[in-house]
Amino acid sequence: MSFLVRDTIGVAKRNLLRIVRTPIMLIVTAVQPALLLLLFRYVLGGAITIPGESYVDYLVPAVFVEAVLIGGMTTSIGLAEDLKSGIIDRFRSLPMARPAVLAGRTLADLSRSVLSLAIMVGLGIAVGFRFHAGIGAIVGGLLLILGFGYAFSWMYITIGLATKDPESAQIAGILPFFVLMFASNAIVPVATMPHWLRGFARNQPLSVTVSAARALLEGAPATHWLWQALAWSAAILLVFLALALGLYRNAIE
Amino acid sequence: MMIEVDGVVKRFGSTRALDNVTLRGDRGRVLALLGPNGAGKTTLIRILTTLLKPDAGCARIGGLDVAEDAGRLRSLIGFAGQYAAVDELLTGRENLELIGLWYHLDKAEYRRRATDVLERFTLTEAADRLVKTYSGGMRRRLDIGAALIARPQVLFLDEPTTGLDPRTRNDVWEFIEELVGEGTTVMLTTQYMDEAERLAHEIVVLDSGAVIAHGTVAGLKDRLGGDRLEARVREAAVLGRAAAVLGELAGTTPHVDPDRQLVSVPTKTGTAFLLTAARRFEEEHISLDDLGIRRPSLDDVFLALTGARATDREGTP
Ligand SMILES: Nc1ncnc2c1ncn2[C@@H]1O[C@H](COP(=O)(O)OP(=O)(O)O)[C@@H](O)[C@H]1O
Ligand SMILES: [Mg+2]
Repeated sequence: MSFLVRDTIGVAKRNLLRIVRTPIMLIVTAVQPALLLLLFRYVLGGAITIPGESYVDYLVPAVFVEAVLIGGMTTSIGLAEDLKSGIIDRFRSLPMARPAVLAGRTLADLSRSVLSLAIMVGLGIAVGFRFHAGIGAIVGGLLLILGFGYAFSWMYITIGLATKDPESAQIAGILPFFVLMFASNAIVPVATMPHWLRGFARNQPLSVTVSAARALLEGAPATHWLWQALAWSAAILLVFLALALGLYRNAIE
Repeated sequence: MMIEVDGVVKRFGSTRALDNVTLRGDRGRVLALLGPNGAGKTTLIRILTTLLKPDAGCARIGGLDVAEDAGRLRSLIGFAGQYAAVDELLTGRENLELIGLWYHLDKAEYRRRATDVLERFTLTEAADRLVKTYSGGMRRRLDIGAALIARPQVLFLDEPTTGLDPRTRNDVWEFIEELVGEGTTVMLTTQYMDEAERLAHEIVVLDSGAVIAHGTVAGLKDRLGGDRLEARVREAAVLGRAAAVLGELAGTTPHVDPDRQLVSVPTKTGTAFLLTAARRFEEEHISLDDLGIRRPSLDDVFLALTGARATDREGTP
């Protein structure tokens, strides 16, 4: 086994142990999308009508996407904490493969996303959401969502490295989350928004991913959104991977 | 030579954290970097552990350049930073095993060594508890233990005993002595003279980024003029007469400290001189509170070397 793989698995194990041992963080990252789901399903959703679709089927795929995105925020905070506490110094003084510290963390994130997603699928079904697609499309849709979350892990890693401070990392992480989540088609159709916002709201990465996920889970034609969603995720992954590795190299200097 | 530093310069903005530092450290010896807060000790350790790149100059550990051979160099060294960098949410054992894995030891090996290190640092009972339940001393021991897991040839310890209680401090000193006995080279930084005095074969005194002295403990002390005979008189009134007695015996002008009622002269003959002086004081009916040979402490050396800057030191722990 190459050292890069072995070191990365070691880092992933460390971060998973930390995640499991701070259950409060785990609960918060699961409760947040659950609250969002319940709020819109039962409180506000009644006021929203989606042409040709039940609102719960419209909403739930977006909650899946939100659930994998929100967890990333704890990553930027955790990484900033590691930088501050000297743990990263120790890592950098070890002969460990350089990208392992970051790659391992994103893998731990991915595992957490799988868990959050599983919880949200259960909850979604409990509040009336139904898959209308074949198993292949459903699995594809869920993988697409996980891939989106994974790409954004690298954005959160970059935020953690750039801020180097847990409080700033938290604030800096909330911003893109809110913009992506609410200036989007996740909760209400873009057609209800002012003109100037529609272009962004329809084509930004979270919206196209939600559109693709809806289509896949619904069993509708998905190709149009799918390739856009994949392109966004790939672009985000590559840009932030490069930024993060560059910042990590210089993180302390 | 295990540690070679040549003309290293490191700037942070307008601060010259290291200003043309050159030094050597022998295999199997303890090199202590001594200096007040802000002297540049941590910066030098960070350069030698590949965490920082020097702006100028070069440094080698075991013949490997810190900039060019950083990857291979990291396998040779162990590092425990100024603040214990152990993972609070992992157990002591998990911390050690992971570090062993990242040193690329195989699984059976790092498990065995983690057990050994826990034993050696008397952490066996706490091995499977989360580190967040550990005391400061236990964390520090675990931190140093983690630096040792791969049996490094050179161990870097940045202020290893700062903030420890006297007993744990003594334990850490004993660990370091044991390691050196086994052939490890140690470079440590300290603000404490007694620590340098106890552990170091060689001392490098840093002040404002520059090496202001380099030598053995004894060598540095010799620079201050060696041993002195010191007499403390019971009554201030006889201070003048006591000074005259010692001046006559030593053939030099004695140093007089009226506040502490002290008179002192340099001596090379030690106890013989002490006995002569005692007899003369008795003959002269000068009563003393104290009479003895005083070796200069590293404190004296340090104060003499750093001069005015040493007053800044008073405020720091
Ligand atoms: N990352 C940094 N950025 C700016 N200044 C720094 C940095 N690290 C150290 N310094 C400065 O360099 C000098 C030496 O610091 P340091 O090596 O930490 O000293 P010591 O460990 O002897 O207390 C100090 O003036 C300190 O403020
Ligand atoms: Mg320091």
